[in-house]
Amino acid sequence: MMIDLVSRSNALGELKNFTFNFGPQHPAAHGVLRLVVEVEGETVVQIDPHIGLLHRATEKLMESKPFNHSIGYMDRLDYVSILPNEHVYVMAIEQLLGLKVPKRAQYIRVMFDEISRILNHLLVLGSTALDMGALTPWFYTFREREILMDCYEAVSGARMHANYYCPGGVLRDLPNRMAQFEESPWRFSSEIKDLNAPRSGSLLDYIQYFTDIFPARCDEYEALLTDNRIWKQRTVGISPIDADRALALGFTGPMLRSTGYMRDLRVDQPYAVYDALDFNIALGKTGDCYDRYLVRVAEMRESNRIIQQCVDWLRRHKGPVVSDHPKVVPPTRERSKMYMEEMIHQFKHFSEGYSVPEGETYAAVEHPKGEMGVYMVSDGANKPYRVKIRAAGFPHLQALNELCRGHMLSDVVVILASMDIVFGEIDR
Amino acid sequence: MRDLRQQIHDYKHSGTPIVRNGFVVMQYKQLVDWARGNSVWPLSFGLACCGVELMHFIASRYDFDRFGFALRASPRQADVMIVAGTLCNKMAPALRAVYDMMAEPKYVVSMGSCANGGGYYHYSYSVVRGCDRIVPVDLYIPGCPPNAEALMYGMIQLQNKIQGVKSFYMPDYTRELEQNDA
Repeated sequence: MMIDLVSRSNALGELKNFTFNFGPQHPAAHGVLRLVVEVEGETVVQIDPHIGLLHRATEKLMESKPFNHSIGYMDRLDYVSILPNEHVYVMAIEQLLGLKVPKRAQYIRVMFDEISRILNHLLVLGSTALDMGALTPWFYTFREREILMDCYEAVSGARMHANYYCPGGVLRDLPNRMAQFEESPWRFSSEIKDLNAPRSGSLLDYIQYFTDIFPARCDEYEALLTDNRIWKQRTVGISPIDADRALALGFTGPMLRSTGYMRDLRVDQPYAVYDALDFNIALGKTGDCYDRYLVRVAEMRESNRIIQQCVDWLRRHKGPVVSDHPKVVPPTRERSKMYMEEMIHQFKHFSEGYSVPEGETYAAVEHPKGEMGVYMVSDGANKPYRVKIRAAGFPHLQALNELCRGHMLSDVVVILASMDIVFGEIDR
Repeated sequence: MRDLRQQIHDYKHSGTPIVRNGFVVMQYKQLVDWARGNSVWPLSFGLACCGVELMHFIASRYDFDRFGFALRASPRQADVMIVAGTLCNKMAPALRAVYDMMAEPKYVVSMGSCANGGGYYHYSYSVVRGCDRIVPVDLYIPGCPPNAEALMYGMIQLQNKIQGVKSFYMPDYTRELEQNDA
C-alpha cells in the first residue's frame, strides 16, 4: 500500500496540542488529585488541577460540634503529619480562653510536633523516590516511620489519629513502659529479645533510642539519593522558583525555604517552647526539586536535635501535663467520684462542653508543609461560630501550573511529589 | 503420610486433596481457587487517611508481598480494590469507573469507618455514607483508620473467602444492581 507523504505532512502542519487526564486514580497523584494536562509533544503547556475530590466539609462539621469534639477532625486534615494540626487548633482555643499551658505539656507538644515532622518528611522522601521508580528508599523510610508510629501509639493508643492534644495541655503523661513484641510461632525468642531491647524502658528511652540511631539512618537515605546520578538528573533544575515569586504565590515551609528565603514560624513568632530550644533552619538556594529534598533532609536532622533536647528536659522536669482550669479540662476519674462539684464538671464537660468567650483569633504553627493556621470566630457558645483552616498545601498546589509549564511530562510527577501534597488538608 | 484409602475417602466426602509421592490430586475448581486466593493483586488506590495505613501494610514491617499480594497501578490488572478512605460525592463516579474497569473476578474491601458507612463524616453534605452504595463490598474492615495489622487480618480473611467461593459461580453483581435500581 502506498503512503501519501504529501497529505501526511499537511496533517503534521495541523497538529494540535494533546490534552489528557491524570487521575483521580493515579498511583502518583498522592491521593485523589485530578489534573487536566495539555502537552505539546512531551512538553507540558498547561496543567489544570481539579480539587474537591476529598472535600469532607470539615469546617462546616466543626460548626455543629462542641470544641473538643473537633480535635479529631484536625487529625484527619493532613493525615501525614497529625499532631501539628491539633496543635494549631488547640492553640486557637487557648488564645480565646486565655488559657495557660504547663511547661511540661508544651515540651511534650514540641517533641511530638517534631516527631510528626520527621514522619511527614520520611513519607515525602520515600514516596518521591517511589514516584521516580526507586522503591528502596521507601522501604527504608517506612522502617523508621513504624518506630515513630509506635511512639504515637504508646502515648495515645492510636497509630495515626492520636487525638492527644487538648486545650490546656495534653491528655495524659508519657507512659513509663512500651508495648512489647510477643512470642509467636513465626518468631524465635532470640529475635523477640532483640526486638524488645529498645522497648524495655519508658517511652522517653524509646524516643532516645530513635534519636540515637536516626542520624545514621538519614545518612543511609542520603547515600541512596543525594549523589545518585539518576536522582540528580530528575530533580536538579526542575521547577526552580525565586523567593519573590514564591512569596507572591503564598509559599511557606520547605517550599519557601528552599528558595533561600528565611521564614519559619518556630523562629519568627515562637510558640510553645521553641524559643528555649537550639536548632538551625535549613535554607536552599534555587528552589528546585533537589533543594526541596535537601531542605527536608536537613530539617529531619534538626528535628532530631530538637527531640533530643525535649527528651533531656522532660527527663529532668516532672509536673502537670494539663492545665487545672475546671471548665475546660475534665477532672480525673478519682476526683469526679469523690467530689460533687467535680462530678458536675465532668458531666458538663463531656455532654455540653465548655463555652469560649466571644471573639476571634488566628493561630498558626510551622507545620511540616508550611504555615498551618486556624482562624476561629466564637460567638460565646460551646461551638465555634466559624473555623477557617489555612492549609499549607493549597497555595503550593495552585502554583502547579506555573511550576510545571515547559517541563517534561515525566517531571510533573516529581514536582507534584516534591510539593508534598496531601488532599485531606487541601480539600478539607 | 496417611493411608491412601483413607485419603480417597476424605477426598470423596470433603474434597480434601490427596497428597502422595509429591503428587496432588484435587478438583480443578479447588486448584483455581487456591491459585486465585494466593495471588490477590490489589489496586494501588488510596483515597484518604487509610491510604497511609495501607502503605504501612505494604512496607517494611508488615510486608504484604509475603501473602501473595502485589500492587497494581492499573485497574485492568487488579483483582481487589481496597477503598481506603472517605468516599466523597465528587469522587464516587470515578470510583465506580475504576471498579467497572477491573476484570472479573473482582473483589472490593471497604477499609475504615468512612468507607464502611461515612464514619466521622457521616453527617457531612459531601460524603457518600458508605462505599457500598457505589460498589458491592466483599469485606468491611472497621477502624479509623484500621491499623496495618487489622488490614492484614482482613486481607487474609478475603483470601479465605476467595478460596471458599465456587470459582465458576461468581455472582453477577452488576445484574443484581440493575434489578435493585428497577
